[in-house]
Amino acid sequence: MLPPVFGVLFDGIAYGMLLFVLSVGLSVTLGLMNFVNLAHCAFAMLGGYLTATLVNDFNWSFFATLPVAFIAAATASIAFERVFYRRLYRASDLDQVLLTIGIAFVSVAIAAYLFGTAQQPIQTPPLLRGAVNFLGLSLGKYRLFLIGIALVVTILLVVGIEYTRFGAQVRAAVDNQRMAGGLGINVERTFAVTFALGSGLAGLGGALAIEIVGLDPNFSFIYLVYVLIIVSVGGLGSIAGSFAAAILIGVSDIAGKYYFPELGAFLIYLVMVVILMWRPAGLFGRR
Amino acid sequence: MAPTDTISAPQLYLQSLSRWSAIEIAFWLATLLPFFLFPNYLSLASQIAITALFALSLDLILGYAGVVSLGHAAFFGIGAYSAGLFSKFVWGEPFSGLLVAALLAGLAGYATSFIICRFRHLTLIMLTLGLGLLAFEVANSAHWLTGGSDGLQGVRIWPLFGIFKFDLYGYTAYSYSLTALFLFFLGMRRLVNSPFGLALRGIRENLVRMPAIGAASRAHIRKAYTIAATVAGIAGALLTQTTESAALESISFQRSADVLVMLVLGGAGRLYGGLIGAIIFMIARDQFSGIAPQYWYFWIGILLIVVVMLLPNGILGGLSKILARWRRK
Amino acid sequence: MEAEVTEIVLSTRRLDKNFGSLVVARNIELNLPKGARYALIGPNGAGKTTLINLMTGMLKPNAGQIFLGGEDVTALEPQERVRRGLARTFQINTLFPGLNALEAVTLAVCERRNIAGEFWRNVAVHREAIEEAHDILVRLRLGDSCYQVTRELPYGRQRLLEIALALATKPKVLLLDEPAAGVPQEESGDIFEAVASLSDDLTLLFIEHDMHVVFRFASHIIVLVGGAIFTEGPPAEIAADPGVREVYLGKRKHG
Repeated sequence: MLPPVFGVLFDGIAYGMLLFVLSVGLSVTLGLMNFVNLAHCAFAMLGGYLTATLVNDFNWSFFATLPVAFIAAATASIAFERVFYRRLYRASDLDQVLLTIGIAFVSVAIAAYLFGTAQQPIQTPPLLRGAVNFLGLSLGKYRLFLIGIALVVTILLVVGIEYTRFGAQVRAAVDNQRMAGGLGINVERTFAVTFALGSGLAGLGGALAIEIVGLDPNFSFIYLVYVLIIVSVGGLGSIAGSFAAAILIGVSDIAGKYYFPELGAFLIYLVMVVILMWRPAGLFGRR
Repeated sequence: MAPTDTISAPQLYLQSLSRWSAIEIAFWLATLLPFFLFPNYLSLASQIAITALFALSLDLILGYAGVVSLGHAAFFGIGAYSAGLFSKFVWGEPFSGLLVAALLAGLAGYATSFIICRFRHLTLIMLTLGLGLLAFEVANSAHWLTGGSDGLQGVRIWPLFGIFKFDLYGYTAYSYSLTALFLFFLGMRRLVNSPFGLALRGIRENLVRMPAIGAASRAHIRKAYTIAATVAGIAGALLTQTTESAALESISFQRSADVLVMLVLGGAGRLYGGLIGAIIFMIARDQFSGIAPQYWYFWIGILLIVVVMLLPNGILGGLSKILARWRRK
Repeated sequence: MEAEVTEIVLSTRRLDKNFGSLVVARNIELNLPKGARYALIGPNGAGKTTLINLMTGMLKPNAGQIFLGGEDVTALEPQERVRRGLARTFQINTLFPGLNALEAVTLAVCERRNIAGEFWRNVAVHREAIEEAHDILVRLRLGDSCYQVTRELPYGRQRLLEIALALATKPKVLLLDEPAAGVPQEESGDIFEAVASLSDDLTLLFIEHDMHVVFRFASHIIVLVGGAIFTEGPPAEIAADPGVREVYLGKRKHG
C-alpha cells in the first residue's frame, strides 16, 4: 500500500503534464523568436471551447476533437502571425507584451459573449471515467490518459527536433538566427511553422484541460501566469526545461494546495522568484 | 575667461528644453475646473488624481529607465495598507500617514531593487509579475492584519490640518490629492531634467553604452526604482485616506495592468503621458461603468492593439509627431 | 646615462577566452607604452573586437590578467575600468538615438564627474560639465550639430560622436574599434584628423583594415590571427613580412 503522498505526486505529475503541453509551444517560440506572446493561452482557450462545442452541441467523440483543436489553434495562430506578430519581431518587449495582452483581452471578451462566463460543462468520455487501482492508489483514468498524451507529444517533439531536417533548422535558428539565415535556412518560414505548432499544442492543451481545471473565459489569464512561470523557470527554447519546470510547478502547486491550503498560490510564485534569481535564464536556458 | 554670471549658449539650450510651456500651464489650470464645472464628480476627480500620480511613478521606471514592471501595484498596495493600518492603530493624522506609507513602500522598493536591477527582458518582466503576485498573496493570506478579501476595516482619517474633513462631497479629497499630484509632479519634472534624469534616459536609449561611459547603471536603476516605489506608496496612501478604506484591489494584478495600459495609452517617457492616460481611462471607465467587465476589456484590448500597431508612442507621441509635421510645413 | 623607461599603461598576460570548443583568444600578451599608437590588424574573425571586449571587461576571460597602469583590473566591471582611464569606441555605432549630441556627451561628462546621481537640480546648472562637453564636440567638428538628435545625424558624424563619448571620460588609454568603419571616403578624413589631433599623452590602440591608415598613424602593429598574436613589430617590418601577406591572402593555413 502506497501512502497518500504518492497520490498527490500522481495528481501533481498529471497536472504538470497538462501544463507542459500548454507551455512547450511558448517556450520554443520565445527562445526561437524572442517574441513575448502573452496571447498564447488565448489559443489554448480556442482549442478548449472548440472541443466543448463539438462534444456538447454536435455530439462528437472527445478523442476526435483533439486533433481538430490542435489544427484550429494552429491555423488561427498563422493568421495572427501574418497580420500582427510579424511586424513586431524587432519591437521592444513592452510593445509585444501590450499587443498580445490586447489580443488576450479581446479573446476573453469574445469568449464571454459567445459562451457566457460560467464554466463549460463537459462529459468525460466513458472510456476515461473512473480510476485504476494501483498499489492501493486510485489513479484517475483521465489523468493517466493525460500523462500518456503528454509523453507521446514529448517523444514526437524530441524526435522531431533532433532527427528531422526541420528540427535541425529550428535548432540552428534558435542558436544563431543570423548565421542560420546565412546558411540558407528560411528563418521566417521556420518561425511561422514553429509558432503554428506551438499554438496548436496550446489548443490541444486547452481541450485536455477542461476536465481537469475547467474552462471559462478567464482561462486565458489564469493559466497564462502558470505558463509564463514554467517558461521562465524552465528556460526559453528548451523542451527539457519546460518538461522539468512543468513537473516542478505542477507538483508544487498540487502539493501546496493539499498540504498548505492557507498559502494559496504563494508557493509557486516564490519558487519562480527564487529560481529566476539563481538562474535568470531558467533551469535549462542559455544566455 | 568668461564671467561666471553669464550663461553660455549650450547651457541656455539645455535650459530651454525644460522650460514650462503654455500648454502645460493651461493643463494645470484646467485641473482646477472640476471644482467649478463638475462639483458632483469631485470624488472621481480625486481618484483620477491619485491614479495619475501612480501612473507618474510607473513612468519613471518604465518610460525613463526602461524597466517593464507588471507588478508595480505592490508598492501602491503597501502604501494603501500602511496608511490604513497606521490610522487604525496609531492615529488618523493624514500627513504622518503619508510619511509612514512612503517609508514602507520605499523600503520595499529599495529591497526589491537589488533583484530588479540585475535583469532585463522576459526575466525582468516575470520577476516583477511574480513579486507583485506574491505581494497580493501575502495581503490576501494575512487577513488577520489586512482584512483579506473583506478589506481593511476601521480606517478613520482625521481632518486635514484639523479643519478640513474628508466627506462625501469630495472637496477636501480632491484638493488633497490634486495638491499631492502637483507637488510630486514638480519633483518628478525636476528629476527628469536633472543629470540623473539624463542618465535614466541613457539607460533606456542604450544600456550597453552606459558602462562604456563609466556609468553604474545598476545603481541608477535601483535609485529610480526606490523613488518610483515611494511615490506609488504615497498614491496608495492617498487612496486609503480619501476613501477611508483599503482593499485587495489596491495590490492586485488588475491595478498593475491598468496603470500600464494608462501609461502606454498616454505615452510613456513624456511625464504627462501617465496623467493624460489616467484621465482618459478613468473617465471612460466611469462612463461605461454599466457595462460588464469583460466588454470593457474588449475595448481596452482593441485599444492596445491599435496603439501598438499605429501609435507606438501613445497619444502624446502621436500628437507630437503631428505637431512636428505641421511645423515643418 | 639613464635609459628612459616608458611607462606601460595597458598590458595583458596570458589572456585566454573560449566559447566551448571555439577559441577566440589564445595566450594574448601585449604591452602598450604610454603615448603609443598601436594598430591591431588581422583577417575577419581573428578576434580583434573580442580582444577589446576582454580588455574593457565586457567579456570575462577564461584565464589571464589585464593590467591598467600597473593595477590588476581583471576582476573589475567595465565602468570601473573606464573610471581608471580605459575607454573604447564601438565598431557599430552604439549611441543614444533619442538624445541629442550635447546631451549624450554631457551625460558622459557628468558620469565622470560623479554628478549623474544628482536628481534635484536641472542639468543646465552644471556649467563646467556642459562647457567641457561642448568643447569636446567642437574639437571634433561636431559643434554645429550638437543640438541635433543622434538618430538624425549623418553616419559620419555619428562615428565622430562615438569618439566624443569616449573622450568625455578623459581616458588615458583609448581603444578604437574601426573608427572609420562604413564611413564614405569623403568624410573619413574628418575622423582621421580627429584621431591625429588626439593628445600625445593619450595611448591609442586601434583596429583598422585600411593599410594606408595603419601605416600613416601606427608606430607599432600587432597582427592577430585565429585569436592569437601572429606577429608584431614596427610598420616597416610588418609590411615586409611574407607571413603576414599570406595570412591576409589566405594562402597559408593558420591555427
